[in-house]
Order: sequence, then structure tokens, then C-alpha cells
Amino acid sequence: MTIAEFLHMDGYALYVWGAYGVTLAVLALNVILARQQRRKALRAILRVAQRDRSRA
Amino acid sequence: MWLWIHKFGSPKYFYTVSGRMLPWLAGATTLLIVLGLYLGLIASPADYQQSEAVRIMYIHVPSAWNSLFIYLLMAAAAAIGLIWNIKLADIVAAVSAPIGASFTFITLVTGSLWGKPMWGTWWEWDARLTSELILLFLYLGYIALQSAFEDRRLAARASAVLAIVGAVNVPIIYYSVQWWNTLHQPQSLGIGVSAIHPSMLWPLLIMAISFKLLYVVILLMRTRAEVLERERNNAWVQELAQALAGKNLIRS
Repeated sequence: MTIAEFLHMDGYALYVWGAYGVTLAVLALNVILARQQRRKALRAILRVAQRDRSRA
Repeated sequence: MWLWIHKFGSPKYFYTVSGRMLPWLAGATTLLIVLGLYLGLIASPADYQQSEAVRIMYIHVPSAWNSLFIYLLMAAAAAIGLIWNIKLADIVAAVSAPIGASFTFITLVTGSLWGKPMWGTWWEWDARLTSELILLFLYLGYIALQSAFEDRRLAARASAVLAIVGAVNVPIIYYSVQWWNTLHQPQSLGIGVSAIHPSMLWPLLIMAISFKLLYVVILLMRTRAEVLERERNNAWVQELAQALAGKNLIRS
């Protein structure tokens, strides 16, 4: 099997790679958003702590 | 057992233990996905009827299993939160919804991309497809209901009722291919029976396990973030944030 044959998927390239592409995109987005949520939460906590310190 | 549940139900204990487990789980998930993709896309044979299009199965079927499994877990967690008032159960239910909706969306899209070349249509109002679409709407309704309330307890209660009532849809999806004469093919796997050749069964099972693990990884990541948000006024969260800032791992 050559790489061109592999990519061609016997004429089903659009369907097979489309399906794998959508899956990868949606799952990667889930992981990225989960990471961002934790960072955002920690940043917000630090901001509040700094504000409280500058007030005191 | 009860002692253990209460200990693990404490947000701080959960955060510490899950933080230790997460790198190992993420590593195992990555390895299994790579192995599953190799087996599914390269090592396994093309189908004698479906040719290379059969490879869509290795993501479609595990996603469909996850879409049902996550719903049941979400409804169970919501019920536990409703009955025993355990905060962590409420969080697990709430963060499971977008993950479950993602897998349901993947199931519908990959199914459509598989249906077009095999059945000649992107969509058909058949029992299996329609009930899976309803599952997506149940997830979206749950998410909308969660965000409709300012008060978190109230949001958890209202959406828990929806999640529990909506669980009737899960057996309907599961048995739809037997109850109705559908375009969707009947299930090929059951306990002890398999209509699938081992060369295709292995990649399918490995992808299924890796998708389950991936759900656990995303669930833990989201639950941890949610715990930090909800416990932000507690001393241990403040100390943790300061410690991470000290190591330059996070900037304010």
C-alpha cells in the first residue's frame, strides 16, 4: 500500500477523513477548553487575592 | 464504603488524588488512541462489502457507546447529588453534559458520513438515528437548564430531574434496532457473541476503551477546574493558586 493509496481510501477519502477530522477537532476542543477553564479559575483567584492585599 | 465516599466527596481530597492520577490516565489514553488508530486505519483489512469506508466504524461505534454511557453516568451522578446532596456529584453531572453532547455530535456526524456512501443518504428519520438526535437535544436542554439558574443548587436540582426523566431515551436508542425495522443495522456485538472478525474487533475494542478513558480524562480535568471555581474562597485553593504563581505556572 502506498501513501497515495492510503490517503485515497478507495474513493471514500472524503467520508473517512471527514469523519476522523471532525472527531479529532471536537475531542481536541474538549481538552483545550478544559485546560483553559482551570487556568482561568486560577487566574481569577489570584486577581482577587491581589486586590484584597492592595486594599489591606 | 460510606467513609470512602465522603472522603472522596470532599473537594480537596478529590483535587489532590485526581491530580496524581491524571498524568497516568492521559498517558494511557494517548497510547491506546495511537494503537487503536494504527490498527483501525492501517493494520485492519478493508471490508469486502464496504471497502475502506468501514474504517469509520472505529470512531462511530465507540462514540455512540460513549454517548449512552455518559448519559447514564450523568443521570446517576445527578440523582446522587439530588438525593444525598453531594456537591461533587452535582459537578460530575454538570461537566459530563458537554462531553456527552460532544460524543453524540460525533456519532451523528460520522454516522452521516458513513450513511451517505453506504445507504445513499446523509440522514433518514429512522428510529435509531432519530432517538440519537433526541439524545443530543436532551444534553443541550440539560446544559441550557444548568445555565438558566443563578443559584447552583437550584440549577442542579432542576437539571437533575430532566436528566433522570430523559434516561428513558437510552434503552429506546439501544433497542431501537430490534423494536423497529430500521435502516440502521442491528448490533453486531453482545456478551459472548460477535459477528465481527477479530481483525476488526480488536481495533474497535481498543478504540472503545481509549474513548472511555478519554472521557474520564476530560471529566477529571473539567471537574478539577469546577472545584477550584466553586471553592475559590477556601484556604486550600488560595494556597494552591499562590504556590502555582510562585512557580510561575500561572500568571494573574
